[in-house]
Parts: sequence; C-alpha cells; structure tokens
Amino acid sequence: METQYPTRMGDGSLTRLTRSEMRAELEEGTLAAAGRAKVPPLSADELDHLLEIWASPAKFSAVDIGDEVVLTYDGSGSKTVGTRTQDLLIYEQMFGADSVELGHVDYSFKAIRTILPFEAQNMKDAQAVLTVPVMYGAMPNLGLYSKPDGPAPNWSELLPLARVDEARAAQEEAVGYAVEDMVKTADALWEAGADGIDFDTAGAAGDGDFLATLLAIERIRAAHPDMGIQVGMAGEFVLGMHGQLEYEGVRLAGLWPRGQMELVRRAGATIYGPAITVNTRRTGAWNIARALTLVKPCMEVAEIPVHMNIGMGVGAIPTTSYLPLDAVGRASRATVDILRLDGL
Amino acid sequence: MQITRGMRIVEAKAYVAERLGVSPFDLSDPIAMEDVRRERQLGRITTFEISYPTQSSAMEAKFRIAELLDLPINCVQRFRQHAGLA
Repeated sequence: METQYPTRMGDGSLTRLTRSEMRAELEEGTLAAAGRAKVPPLSADELDHLLEIWASPAKFSAVDIGDEVVLTYDGSGSKTVGTRTQDLLIYEQMFGADSVELGHVDYSFKAIRTILPFEAQNMKDAQAVLTVPVMYGAMPNLGLYSKPDGPAPNWSELLPLARVDEARAAQEEAVGYAVEDMVKTADALWEAGADGIDFDTAGAAGDGDFLATLLAIERIRAAHPDMGIQVGMAGEFVLGMHGQLEYEGVRLAGLWPRGQMELVRRAGATIYGPAITVNTRRTGAWNIARALTLVKPCMEVAEIPVHMNIGMGVGAIPTTSYLPLDAVGRASRATVDILRLDGL
Repeated sequence: MQITRGMRIVEAKAYVAERLGVSPFDLSDPIAMEDVRRERQLGRITTFEISYPTQSSAMEAKFRIAELLDLPINCVQRFRQHAGLA
C-alpha cells in the first residue's frame, strides 16, 4: 500500500494523498491551465520536481541556499500593534522584511485622495526610522467611481439592462477620475520620500480598471523617472467589463499574465505581480500546477522583475486567514524553483 | 535595484555583491552579511540586549547605502534638501 502524505486543499483543510494521487493532481492542474489559456503544459521534469516538493511529510520546504528572492508586500501592518510606522518597524526589525508597504485600511486611491496630506506625512515619518525600502500601496478600485459611491453611472446596473453603450461610456468616464486620483497620490507620496508605489489588485473591476492603472503609470513614470512602480494584478485574466478598451493597440479584455506583463512594462512599471486564483475545492498540488502553467509564458519574456502574488487565495496558497506554513513553504519554493521568479 | 531600476534578481544580486566586495552567494549568508553591515555601517537589527548606538541606522544607513550602490534614494535626497546639505 502506498504511503499517504499530509497535504492541503485549496480551502486549507488537511487531507492525505499518495504520490500517485498527487502526480495525477499535478497533471490535471497543468492540463486545465494549458487548455484554458492556450499555453503549453509543464514538462515531465517540472512535474517530477513539484512531486518531490509536495510528496513529503516535512513541515517546511524552502529553496536552495543562494536561490532566495526578495519580498514585497501588499500592506505590512494596519495599526496591528500600535501605529502603522511601528508595524512597519516590526516587519523590518523582527520579521526581516526586505521591503515594507505603507497603506491605509481603506486601501483605495479614491479614499486616499481625501486624506493625502496625512498619508504623505506618515510616509515621511516612516522613512526617517526605517532602513528597508518603503512603498505606498492602494487599489485602483474602479468600481468606487460608479453611483452610488461615485459620480459615474453604474455599469453593473446598466449591463443587465442591455444598455451596453451607456455602460461602456460610464466606465470610460470612471477611468478618467481614477487616473487623476492615482497620479496625484503618487506625486504626493513621492514628494514625501516614498521609494515607490504599488498598484494592488489592478484589473479588479475589469479592463477599465487595468487601463486606468496603465494610463496612470505612464504619467507617473514621465514625472518621476526614478520612482519604483509595482503592479499586482487582481486575477489571472482581465475581465472584459467594457470589452473594447485597448492600450497601445492591444485589447485588454482576456489578457493572461504574459500579455499583462508586457503592457505593464511598456507603461513604465518596474515590478509586475501576476495573481492566479485558488480553486478551494481542488488540492494544493492541482492549484500549484495550474498557477505555474499560467505564469510560465510570462517568465520566458520578462524584462522587469516579476513578484508573483503568493498570499491568501492566490498562487496556490489556501484561501484561509491563518495560513499553514507547510502550504506557504511548498508554494513559495515551487514558484521560485520552477519559474525563477525575482521575488514574491 | 528591483524597485527603482527594474533589475532582474540575478543581475541585481551580482551588482550588489560587486559593490559590497562579496560574492552573490555571500548575500545568502546572514553571518557573513552581519559583518559587512557592521563594517560598512549599513544598518543592523537592534534589540534591547544587543544595541548599536554608535552605528548607523535608518536614514543614516540609507545615506551610506545610496553612496555604496550608486543608487539615488528618494528620501535621502529629500533629507539632504530639507537639512540644507545638498
């Protein structure tokens, strides 16, 4: 009888699988991704390596010494134990973080604009006491610009009524507002001493959300040539809420990581972060094979650092608030070993 | 090097190692790097039991990091301006 190894489902629950069962999960995961995104599946050698990582009773798994990568964050403390600056110091001095990110608990650029001087002052104060790079992060969150939260008509209400032209016009109007908020926030945080800005969950509201991010990056890069600009995606695939939006002649709806990364680089960003959503009903082995298959084509042409999103619910990390170290270690190691990422 | 220069990790490790006078593999050795940080005043982890009041930390260390890596650091440049050091 084959030995069973403890392993995780996508929701974090513990289960046990044999090597044969894990191999089957890995093969199903890579084929599912290959079929969906029309990309090549992982090779037999890559699946063998994943099996070695997954079919193990070890609590922790890690890359070889010398293969370590650096970490960036989407938030690193929100007054968890004191002030936000104290939280950032804890990340630096006690967690050994390579970088930290200042962010407000209302993590959207639209909300940040109303408290921008306060955020800029916090950035200046934080930079005085930290040694690691301090980014500022927030979400483009295009949906906040639609009624009743914002000024533009609500395209989510218009689309079910088949008022497609009005829904598209509403999104285009919202893009303009979002770009202004992102650019003004970046300007203020740069003047306060930020090392860079992180557009987190770009594309969350679809192709308009992603377009607003790209247009904002263009203006920020032109104004601040030395500013770090990181783009972390919301999902593996840009949803076509508008459907016709383009950037530099490329249709945004339907872009997978490789296409996303190319546009992010062209716009002027310095770090790109693909996000591959976890299927909570499938195993970690299935999820990691699927995630790696979707990101691998991006790594083959990457000219800027790629920090894959490895956190709750993305990058084969279970969708649960308290992440099991065995799952985090395996997924982190696998992404670096197979994809040769620049960071997480 | 990644954040502001968009440098891939292998290239970034090689650049930093060369500027520090160590090998890229040394960057993975916390014992070796602790000595480098101490000797070059690049900032160290402090605790109540082991503190380094006579060594550079935070903004002081970032001045040295910027010079050592030949890398403009935004907050360092602004500190210079605000303190009248530019």
